[in-house]
Amino acid sequence: MECAVDAQSLISISLMKIHNSRTQRGGIKLHKNLLVSYVLRNARQVYIKEKYAEIYRMQQYEEVMTVCNEIQELNPLDPEPEDAEEEDLEVAALSCCAPLQDGGGKEPETSFYRSCCMETPGSPCDPFAGNGSHCNKTTVLDLDTHVVTTVENRYLHQDCCCSAPQCAPVPDSPVRKRKGDFGCCASDLEEVSDFSASRKRVRREECTDPNYTDTSNISNLISIFGSGFSGLLSRQADLEQICSKQALASLGAWTRAIVAF
Amino acid sequence: LAAWCFSQVKGAIDEDVAEADIISTVEFNYSGELLATGDKGGRVVIFQHEQESKNRPHLRGEYNVYSTFQSHEPEFDYLKSLEIEEKINKIRWLPQQNAAHFLLSTNDKTIKLWKISERDKRAEGYNLKDEDGRLRDPFRITSLRVPVLMPMDLMVEASPRRIFANAHTYHINSISVNSDHETYLSADDLRINLWHLEITDRSFNIVDIKPANMEELTEVITAAECHPHQCNVFVYSSSKGTIRLCDMRAAALCDRHSKFFEEPEDPSSRSFFSEIISSISDVKFSHSGRYMMTRDYLSVKVWDLNMENRPVETYQVHEYLRSKLCSLYENDCIFDKFECCWNGSDSAIMTGSYNNFFRMFDRNTRRDITLEASRESSKPRATLKPRKVSTGGKRKKDEISVDSLDFNKKILHTAWHPKENVIAVAATNNLYIFQDKIN
Repeated sequence: MECAVDAQSLISISLMKIHNSRTQRGGIKLHKNLLVSYVLRNARQVYIKEKYAEIYRMQQYEEVMTVCNEIQELNPLDPEPEDAEEEDLEVAALSCCAPLQDGGGKEPETSFYRSCCMETPGSPCDPFAGNGSHCNKTTVLDLDTHVVTTVENRYLHQDCCCSAPQCAPVPDSPVRKRKGDFGCCASDLEEVSDFSASRKRVRREECTDPNYTDTSNISNLISIFGSGFSGLLSRQADLEQICSKQALASLGAWTRAIVAF
Repeated sequence: LAAWCFSQVKGAIDEDVAEADIISTVEFNYSGELLATGDKGGRVVIFQHEQESKNRPHLRGEYNVYSTFQSHEPEFDYLKSLEIEEKINKIRWLPQQNAAHFLLSTNDKTIKLWKISERDKRAEGYNLKDEDGRLRDPFRITSLRVPVLMPMDLMVEASPRRIFANAHTYHINSISVNSDHETYLSADDLRINLWHLEITDRSFNIVDIKPANMEELTEVITAAECHPHQCNVFVYSSSKGTIRLCDMRAAALCDRHSKFFEEPEDPSSRSFFSEIISSISDVKFSHSGRYMMTRDYLSVKVWDLNMENRPVETYQVHEYLRSKLCSLYENDCIFDKFECCWNGSDSAIMTGSYNNFFRMFDRNTRRDITLEASRESSKPRATLKPRKVSTGGKRKKDEISVDSLDFNKKILHTAWHPKENVIAVAATNNLYIFQDKIN
């Protein structure tokens, strides 16, 4: 297998191909899309393996950060402007994950396709599982920036703009539906803190954009799903067992588009 | 393998290629007298072999345009908001039974039976109309005469005799005339239908691999062909690199195969693209009916119908592309569907590649040759020089490096005359005809 660095671009390229196939003359080509979904599955397997390796390495770092979090979280509702931004971030993160926790895998208003990587509690990447809820991982791809981001357990993963301290876990509560743009760079850990400030500003702008409609979200943000066709999962390695049925149900959105002709 | 020389090239020389002119299928008829091409614009052009001239018997005759007609037009499916391309996917000739010629042509959705007939006489001396066709004033007709057939300039007419429509939900990839000359099959991604040539309003579905839940789809049908002699037998290939042989006598629905041909995958060569390159793009029975040949992205395989667990012969077409699969995936070339064909005696096989190269393999001597269809080597009766792609570090003189191959120049469609060493090679919008060196 080629190295994981290619996996991310392969995922991006593959999703672009699927996206473009909808507007191709002559209708969606079932054969080609099926083959592309195989590449997607293969790339995703490699990508996940790489991420797990990274997560395992990161675990040590996160344990240190946990201590720092607990110190910082003494006053989460501080009315300073900087914290207001943090709230926006939290809400945005919540809105991304809330539909998943509703257990539907359906997309009411947050209109990006998602796949949920359900992990068993107590896994290495779930240090904050307080109330026994599962650690949910969502991988999303922004078609504009071609960047893959992983969102974990209602706060953003370390490869996202937001570093752990700002994204404390918040109990379930009705949240504003935000159309968050998670198109941040898969940056190295060292750069996380540098990015966070500028990214926060970006997020505020995009979230308040009145023109940010559902349809544009669908075209701009497509998440990586468990596989193109759930039948492919029968050949999965151990890692794939973490993919939940919810993820498979969420495939329906685009596979139905292919079927419907 | 004989030495091959250039015979003719058909098509525009212009560097700017119109998409509609791109040839999408090439097929000789049973005698080799006629050669048909279909293009992306939905047109069919038929060439006819002219008799060798008596004073130059050492030269074979040339192929010249015999008939041109618009077979399919673009359509719009209003129910699904889909445009249906007019591109001709396949042409298959029917065996000749009278003076007229019949062929089947298909696009993604509709198959048509065309009759191509010659008219070299015209009736003259009608009573009710004059020579212009205008009706005569009945009061002026004072005598009766019998119309007489008079010779006229040869006219070749093509008329659609049957239209087989609305039987395929998915894109048709193959048609194949049965050896009974009465039925034929058509295959799309998920289904195969059996038709009677006389009946257009119904067909029998004989294979259906559509899963109950489309999300469980793992493979599609990529090609299908009737056995050349046994009218109850046909094969179909899949995107997973397998071939199923079915017997229509066994059951009405041939979902259960009689034979299943699959070569186990080599786990050491696994890559992101393993599934794509194992997808079979073409399957062809040998003329004898004892073997069949399959084409996947990098190789051609010959199978003995009596041995299901592996092919008897495997030929590498362009193995040097294996390390380039990622870029070929990016530019979509990895999805190119190459065809393959047998020569008349089944001793050699041919298939296309990139850079306008095409490859021939001699099954007996195991020798292979790479030739190029290009304007530069298109001098009358000029012998084609074998080409070589350099795979190692050092590039020898006259060799071409993999990186300088032109992947836009692809030879997907080739055809071999059923009796003679004459081949037709489609290079984008040009049709090259080569023949072996006589004497």
